[in-house]
Amino acid sequence: MIYQILALFLGILMVVLAVMAVQNKNIVVAIIAAGAVSLFASVLYLILAAPDVAMTEAAIGSGLSTVIFFYVLNKIKRQNG
Amino acid sequence: MVKNTFIFLLLVATAFIFIHLFAGFSGNQDLNPIAKYYATNGPAEVGSANLVTAVVVTYRGLDTLGEVTILFLSAAIVGFFLKIENTDNKNRPLKYVSEILNTASQILVPIMMLFGIYVFINGHLSPGGGFQGGAIIASSIVLMFIAQPKKEIGHKLITVIESISGLSFVLLGVAGIFLASGFLDNSILPLGKFGTLFSAGIIPVIYIFVGLKVGSELTGIALSLKENQNEA
Repeated sequence: MIYQILALFLGILMVVLAVMAVQNKNIVVAIIAAGAVSLFASVLYLILAAPDVAMTEAAIGSGLSTVIFFYVLNKIKRQNG
Repeated sequence: MVKNTFIFLLLVATAFIFIHLFAGFSGNQDLNPIAKYYATNGPAEVGSANLVTAVVVTYRGLDTLGEVTILFLSAAIVGFFLKIENTDNKNRPLKYVSEILNTASQILVPIMMLFGIYVFINGHLSPGGGFQGGAIIASSIVLMFIAQPKKEIGHKLITVIESISGLSFVLLGVAGIFLASGFLDNSILPLGKFGTLFSAGIIPVIYIFVGLKVGSELTGIALSLKENQNEA
């Protein structure tokens, strides 16, 4: 029961953050929100008994891809003056 | 107005599809035949305590080779398009790195790297494996890049590690054809005692190479992007 409530809470949080990532005008906030979606998704995978997938999601989805997005954002900002 | 109506119609159509799926859902009570075979015969045939690893490296080893190849290809394409023309990276104006991040990274980076190595060496015993361990190692190196932007890592070192581990992975697979029953067969080495570090045949060796390869590839992508920051 407690796991179901936790999973539901994480799912709602992920949807809210995903909407935030799409709708927010500030790109930095949007990138952080997209990374947070991955972070909560990895916790959800752990609850659903898939620790292998959770590790990949936490390391690649919320760690590396967020940093790569920031590198690309920085480069685009530089190119546009 | 037309655009919003279209989006609304699309959402309704998607909801319709998913409601059908949701209404017709009934949880599986038992495993399907292939999964049942893996679950019953896996420990005896492969000797890996983590059954996911047995499937990923031995039963579906060719798929893993394909995944590693795709990752290699994407890393190569990123490296090709982000070729570094001027390498005066030292003159780049850098933002101030906070003291907290700097100190925390000095403590965290070695621990994260050790944890990544632990994850891929123990891939056949505990959750995780080559991919996960490599990704954790790459994250630790990216954390080091953020905290100390002036730190240099040679592209050549990364390329050498990646090439050697990729080649060893394929050679170990080919060795299975001659020494055991087929490509990527894990009984080249003895299966050993179930649940110990030196068990499950060739799986730990393959996972060490996969971990090194994935880690160096992801590090290479991040390094190319980092070194390209000063170009207009």
